[in-house]
Parts: sequence; structure tokens; C-alpha cells
Amino acid sequence: MKYFSLVWAGLWRKKTRTVFTMISIVIAFLLFGLLQGINQGFSTALSRLDVDRLYVTARTGMTDGMPISYLPRIRNVAGVRAVSMWAYFGGYYQDARNPVPAFATDAVELMKVYKEIKIRPEYIEAMAKTRTGALIGDALAAKHGWKVGDRVPIGTSIWTNKSGSNTWEFDIVGTFDSSAYGAGFPSFYLNYSYFDEARQFGTGQVHYYIVSLQDPKQAQRVSREIDDMFANSSVETRTQTESALAQSQLKQLGDINFIANAIVGAVLFTLLFLTANTMMQSVRERTSELAVLKTLGYSDTKVLILVLTESLLLCLFAAAVGIGLAALVFESPALQTLFGNFSMPLFVASMGAGIAVFVAFVSGFPPAWRARQLNIVDALAGR
Amino acid sequence: MTALVTLRNVTKSYVRGKQKVEVLHGVDLTIETGEFLALMGPSGSGKTTLLNLVAGLDQPTSGEVLVAGDRIDRLSRGSLSDWRARHIGFIFQFYNLLPVLTAEANVEVPLLLTNLSKAERRRRVQVALELVGLAERARHKPNELSGGQQQRVAIARAIVSDPTLLVCDEPTGDLDRQNAEEIMNLLQALNRSQNKTIVMVTHDPKAAEYASRELHLDKGLLTNDTRRAA
Repeated sequence: MKYFSLVWAGLWRKKTRTVFTMISIVIAFLLFGLLQGINQGFSTALSRLDVDRLYVTARTGMTDGMPISYLPRIRNVAGVRAVSMWAYFGGYYQDARNPVPAFATDAVELMKVYKEIKIRPEYIEAMAKTRTGALIGDALAAKHGWKVGDRVPIGTSIWTNKSGSNTWEFDIVGTFDSSAYGAGFPSFYLNYSYFDEARQFGTGQVHYYIVSLQDPKQAQRVSREIDDMFANSSVETRTQTESALAQSQLKQLGDINFIANAIVGAVLFTLLFLTANTMMQSVRERTSELAVLKTLGYSDTKVLILVLTESLLLCLFAAAVGIGLAALVFESPALQTLFGNFSMPLFVASMGAGIAVFVAFVSGFPPAWRARQLNIVDALAGR
Repeated sequence: MTALVTLRNVTKSYVRGKQKVEVLHGVDLTIETGEFLALMGPSGSGKTTLLNLVAGLDQPTSGEVLVAGDRIDRLSRGSLSDWRARHIGFIFQFYNLLPVLTAEANVEVPLLLTNLSKAERRRRVQVALELVGLAERARHKPNELSGGQQQRVAIARAIVSDPTLLVCDEPTGDLDRQNAEEIMNLLQALNRSQNKTIVMVTHDPKAAEYASRELHLDKGLLTNDTRRAA
């Protein structure tokens, strides 16, 4: 600690160069913090998903339909507590650029499957009684100023109804709070029975069966039984847990983990050379000063440690600022909505500190070794 | 008086490129405790090489170097570092202060190697700066001080750990006459009042007049040894 002033002063010998190097490191670690944070954010969001829910889709793809006749057969599989379904409606309000994530479902069963949705029982009853009824999420209601009793026209680019229109009218019979499932949870539900009768084509088809299990430990067995049941049928199924499904959906966006790691790797690799260059220049300029330290009795190892500490201080200080800034970004309302009450994971901060130490060591070691090997007589003579 | 420095048949040669250059040829020398020795001679005569050997900065090619009771020609690099920290105070021609540190921080640098408390280090730094007459410039950085003042800070740094021996390599070589006289008076005072043993390399006959003993080197051999009455 008593050498801190010596190390700190050495670091600021060329203020401009140190500031620019620090800015580069801060930006690199800000990027690292953001990308790894987002990566961890997705993982955290996935880990929050229930393992006692299974999603059954057509094996050929999530957008291919499965017969509604599968519903009672799935319900009869041992260990299944409740089954609901989703059929894509693909809605929008007034303009196709204003999407409404709408699904046709059986609301009574859906609420059994998604136990953490907060909804008043009378709304579920009203939905069961109103063929053209719709249940909407609080956020969607607030966004458009919709309330119970309103009749809203929802357009769809997929489904034409039997009156030949692509705009369907629904009566809002209730609202619900699905914040427990994050911002991505569908927020507009219509009655499947009404939807299926009123659409011109694709009748009797659904896109998802959502299966709630009595015991999460049975997930693998139930999944296998469901898929075996429909093997060799016209529409084979793929049954996955909620987190596996979400992961496979994320894969469609690209391998986020790989992209994040690749970018961070490239940035840190460049940073290694930048920091090494700064440290090397700094030591080269201070040859006589380091020789003086040795003359005064500083051992070779002590000089090596001083230079390495300087490198460490530079990297750790700037990395802390960068990761701190990234942590602040994660407190922004937009990301809080996306990930749901998410903070920069301690793991990412620790990993950042570890990388900073690695960069400091790798970039600081060559100049530190050079300083260690310095011959006093030659250095003082300017040779 | 007791011998503080003893050199026996010391030779030193360097390899420069493909050539081997012998700088010192079998030098025998004794320096007593409390002496102020001026080493003089033309460029290339081996003055600085001899000073480096006495100060433990370099090792002889052959011969014995005994300083403060230690055979320093037998010490490893690491042991020599410790030894220098305990026994030697250095004063260079170009001051060699650390430009980013204040005067007091520069003077404190050798004390960081000791186990002294921060308060004790500060006290000693204060005493050393007062001794060289620069206590009021303690917070100034080297570039805010004149050449003479910088050399005083360097002297404070050299004496702060109370070394056995002060070695000076052309301490007035970069100073004007007035500042050179002030520095030499200061070194003489340290020698006379504090009984500091000083070995000084100089080209300047006027600076050498302050020493109690004048030794001439020529082509790696001692040629003339003169003692002055105090």
C-alpha cells in the first residue's frame, strides 16, 4: 500500500496517453458488461420459466398446425394436470405496424396452466360466456386506452373470417396482469371456439398445446409419451419444457451467446495489444527512472511488481468504470421491462474483473520483465 | 580512523561489440570512514566505473571489494539491492528525481523500502529537507524547482536513510558556479558535521578542493593521491 503513490504517479506520467488508454478500456468493458449482461439476462429469464409446463408443437415447425383432436388425448396422459392451447391470430390494431400479440385459446384452461396470471374470476366467467370476448393484458389496455366493455377491431394478415374480412371485432370482457411471465407474454386472448368457427380455413388446427404437469420430475417421461403417442401420425409432435422452447426460439435470432462472446473476445484481444503498447512505451520512457529506483535499493523483483501493479491498476480501474456504466445501463426502464427486474449479475462483474486481471498481466508482463532485467550501469549511461 | 572501503587488485573489463575493453587494471584503494574523496581524471579513465564498484552497482571482473565490512563482489544481484538500500546514498549529475513526484515524495522513495511507519517516514523526510534548506518547497515537483534546488532534493534523498557512504557522480556538472558552490558547501558540511563518508567523481578542480582527499585516475590506474588538512 505504501508504494501506491509511486505506482499511481507512474501511471499518470503521460496524462493524455493514460486517459486515452483508459477510455479504450472503459469502452471495451462497457461493451463486455452490456453483451454479457444481456446474455446473462436471457439466461436468467429462461431460468425463471417453469419446468412444470410443457409445450407441444408440430415436429415440422412451430407455425405448422396440429389437430385440435390431440387435446383430449394429451389430457389423458398420466401426470398431466391441465392442458390449454394457442392458435396464432397474428393481430394488429389499425395498422400492421402496430402489432397486437393475439392468440386464440381456452381461457379457463389457460388460467390453470399459467397459475401466476392475476385475473378476477368474473372476467374468466365473462370470457366463457361471451363468444366474441377478449381478455387483454394491463399493459396493452393502458397502451391503447382500452377498458372492459370496449369493442375493438383487430386486423390479421393471416385469417379471413366468414364475412370475408380480415378485421375481427372483439368485446373486451376483462384484463389481467401477467408481469410474472415478463414483457414477452402474449397479451390478447380470444376464444378458440369462436375463432375456429369464424375463420374461413385452417379449422381444427392449433399451434401449441401447453401442458401443466402434476410433478415437474415427470417432464421427461410425459414429453416422451406425448411424442410417442403421435409418432407416425400425419402431424408428429415435439414436446419441450418452457425453457427449452424459449431457448430454441432465441436460437432463431442467432446464437446470442456465441455472438456476445465473439465480439467481446475480439475487443479484448485488441485491448491486449493497446494496453501492452501503452505499458511498453511507458517503461521505455522511464528506463533511467527505473534504474534510479534500482540504484536506491529496489530489487529486480520489486521493480517487476511495481510495473505489473501499474498495469493492474490501469486495467482494473478502467474495467470497474466500464462495468459500472454497464450496470447503470441495466437499470434503465427499457431493459428492466425486457428482462423484468434485472440487475447486472455479480457473475458478469466478477468475470470482468478476472479478464481485467488477465489483460493487465499479459500486457504488463513483457514491459515488467524488461524493467526487471534492466542493467543499472547501462541504463544510467543511456545505453 | 577505520577503513570503510577497501579495494584489492580490482580489475574491470567490458565487452563492447566484439572488443574486450579493460577499464580498471588492478586497483588497490582504501577509503577511511569520514573521508571526503574526490576522484578525478580524464574521460574514460575509469572514475565512474570505480564509483559504480564501490557503490555496489557493478561487479569487478576480478579482485575484492570490501565496503562497510561486506565483500560486495560476492553478493548476488538481490542481496546487492538490499545492501545498497542500507549503506549507499546516491547523488547524480542530472539529479534523477522522479518527475511525477513532489520533492518530499522523491525524498521518501528510499524510505519506502524500510519498515518505518508513515509518520516516521514523513518526519525523516522533513528533517532531510530542512538540512538541505528546502523544507518550504516540499510540495513542489522537480520541474517547479531550479537545478540547484533539484540537486538539494537529490542530496536529501541520498541522506534520508542515513547511509554509510555517499557516492556522487559529477554532482555539480549540470550547475552554474554559484549553485555548484552551494552544493559543495552542503556536501562538505555533511562530511564535517555529520561525519558522512563521501566519494565524489568530478572533472571540476574547484569542486575537488572541497574534498579532504584527491585521487587521480588515468587509463584505469591510480596515479596521484593527495590528502588535504581539514
